[in-house]
Amino acid sequence: MKRRELAIAFALFLTVAGSGSFIAAYATSESTLYEGIGLGCAALGLCLAALGWAFWILPERQVVDEIVTYPSPPSEQLAQESAIELGIEEISRPRLLLAVLGAALASFGAALIVPIRSLGPKIGDTLFHTAWRKGSVLVRDDGRPVRVTDLEVDSAILVFPQNAIEDAMSQTMLVRVTDSEAPDTNGYVAYSRVCTHAGCPVALYRAAARQLMCPCHQSVFNVIGDGAVVSGPADHALPRLPIAVGDDGVLHALGDFPEPVGPGFWEENRQA
Amino acid sequence: MIVEKLARWIDERLGTAHFVRHALQKAFPDHWSFMLGEINLYAFVILVATGTFLALFFDPNTTKTIYHGPYAVLDGAKMSHAYATTLDLSFVVNGGLLVRQIHHWAALIFLAGIIVHMARIFLTGAFRKPREINWVIGVTLLGIAMFEGFCGYSLPDDLLSGTGLRIAVSIALSIPVIGTWASFLLLGGDFPSEQMIPRLFVTHIFILPAVIAALIGIHLAIVWRQKHSQFPGPRRSEDNVVGSPMFPTYAVKSMALFAMIAFVVCALGATTQINPIWLWGPYDPWKAPAPAQPDWYIGWLEGALRIAPPWAWHPFGHTIPSPFWPAVLLPGLVFAFLLLWPWIEQIITRDTRSHQLLDRPREVPWRTALGAALLTFALSLTAAGSDDVQARYLHVSIVDLVHFYQAFTIGGPLLAFIIAYAVACELRGRGGVRKAPRVRLRRNARGGFEEESVP
Repeated sequence: MKRRELAIAFALFLTVAGSGSFIAAYATSESTLYEGIGLGCAALGLCLAALGWAFWILPERQVVDEIVTYPSPPSEQLAQESAIELGIEEISRPRLLLAVLGAALASFGAALIVPIRSLGPKIGDTLFHTAWRKGSVLVRDDGRPVRVTDLEVDSAILVFPQNAIEDAMSQTMLVRVTDSEAPDTNGYVAYSRVCTHAGCPVALYRAAARQLMCPCHQSVFNVIGDGAVVSGPADHALPRLPIAVGDDGVLHALGDFPEPVGPGFWEENRQA
Repeated sequence: MIVEKLARWIDERLGTAHFVRHALQKAFPDHWSFMLGEINLYAFVILVATGTFLALFFDPNTTKTIYHGPYAVLDGAKMSHAYATTLDLSFVVNGGLLVRQIHHWAALIFLAGIIVHMARIFLTGAFRKPREINWVIGVTLLGIAMFEGFCGYSLPDDLLSGTGLRIAVSIALSIPVIGTWASFLLLGGDFPSEQMIPRLFVTHIFILPAVIAALIGIHLAIVWRQKHSQFPGPRRSEDNVVGSPMFPTYAVKSMALFAMIAFVVCALGATTQINPIWLWGPYDPWKAPAPAQPDWYIGWLEGALRIAPPWAWHPFGHTIPSPFWPAVLLPGLVFAFLLLWPWIEQIITRDTRSHQLLDRPREVPWRTALGAALLTFALSLTAAGSDDVQARYLHVSIVDLVHFYQAFTIGGPLLAFIIAYAVACELRGRGGVRKAPRVRLRRNARGGFEEESVP
């Protein structure tokens, strides 16, 4: 064999070796690395061999294709137009019937589209309310109620309403500030944890600045001052959950969030 | 020979001999940039093959289960079946992780290939008459491929992709008038819904692949019918195409490319970890990964969301929330611009002739400059999509970085336009294929030859 053919043969041998080692790796172990390298070597061998074949073995030959397929000669174009015209003419002779046909097709189309309705429920009040109710106890994700003595100043935790733990839209950030910053609630404030920009959890609390931050698009909301946007792409404040401390020292809600939580939507100003 | 016998057998039934003979001799011009589209074709083939394997093991079910598998870190964790079966694909199914990683890498290459291919078509003017239809199909394929990639990325129901899905639903909610009910219909309710993952699954493994396969088929049929465009050169004209015959030369080269892509994705799948969902953990709506970036081709939308101004508009008691502008309107405008580009250029240049010969990018500086501006725009947005990571490593405030990207997304494309225009004009004068002066030889009275230039 010539040297070039020898090189191609060597490349093809790489394919054989690669395939073999893939099968061996598959049969004996479950190493992704060896399996992948085996398969990759098999492909690489084929690639090199094909390249060698194309550039060394096959003669360099150029062919010329004339472009004659388009456009068609004018006579053909005219013939096509008159054929279309004739067909339409023949179909649409009974004018009145044509209108009825249009109506029939439209109603058939409507009938075919209607079942899309079953894909999802009505919007209803879903986006306007969360599971928070008057008297809902604030609990951690393991169900333990939060007592007024539980949190140190500068800390923040995730809470849910007692009867809806792990409910996505009811998730709430309970923040402990100093007593003087929130005197009516013993230093506790609670905000919806669903970002008003794109719905990510506003999970980061920057205690020194008294700010909540969304890790997705870095919207920043203040904690003292009703959750207003400090910076970032969010366009409205985080809804604040009205809370109170009960006689037993357990925190509970005084009602649902006053406005819809989460990202904005077309009907959000509707009174639900 | 068996192949000839088979060809004759078919010809006796279908009369294909004439077609096959010409098909085998079809000219494919040789230029490295004409292979870019093929990369996508072969990446798609690999995606279908690996995706079929994955679909056999994946369960698109959002009901929760308690994990007890070989990945001890998550032992006892509550997770969806979707996430659990993706873990099993990664840790239990022999070869599963390899196929998963090949699938993901091939998807990234598919998207990259489409964009580079499109850049080539744009910069060389290959979208001009008669190829406008294929340009439109190609732009449509880009949009669908982005969506297809995002759907697949969202299937494992891990913390990273779940967060991305939450953002996507918020974007759908931001669409005026129809956004809310459209998102309820698509999800089967409010986010997160039980229908979400099963529907994404059907979309990802059936609807969109079928559409992509059909569009690729039409795309190739049109290339076949119109014949490939070519750069100017000896013997090449507006009425012909010069190149290697399809069989055997071009077919062998193309197979080499297929094998090369298979090698690249196998090597990446074997050695380079991608989307290790076991590190992100299962999706819970109250958890958030930080920093979180999507796959690269969604980065421009992520960046746009981050640097867009917080503008909500309240027309007639309704709301158009701020994500609408960067995540719906902006991509809508970009795709509308791309789809209409062949006709926009026709209006600018008033050139409605058919073109078989391509422009070299330097020959049309303003178009090349526009392409550079568009790419810079997309790159700037993509870079803005990881501004939190950059802020951490560069020790700058994220607010300053956002301001920088806001300025650069507008100023960068202008700058790129000017630079690319100047470079193209500078290069135009030199290099490339020189057109030899056209001359005619004339025999003179003394028996010698004289050159006479032809206009």
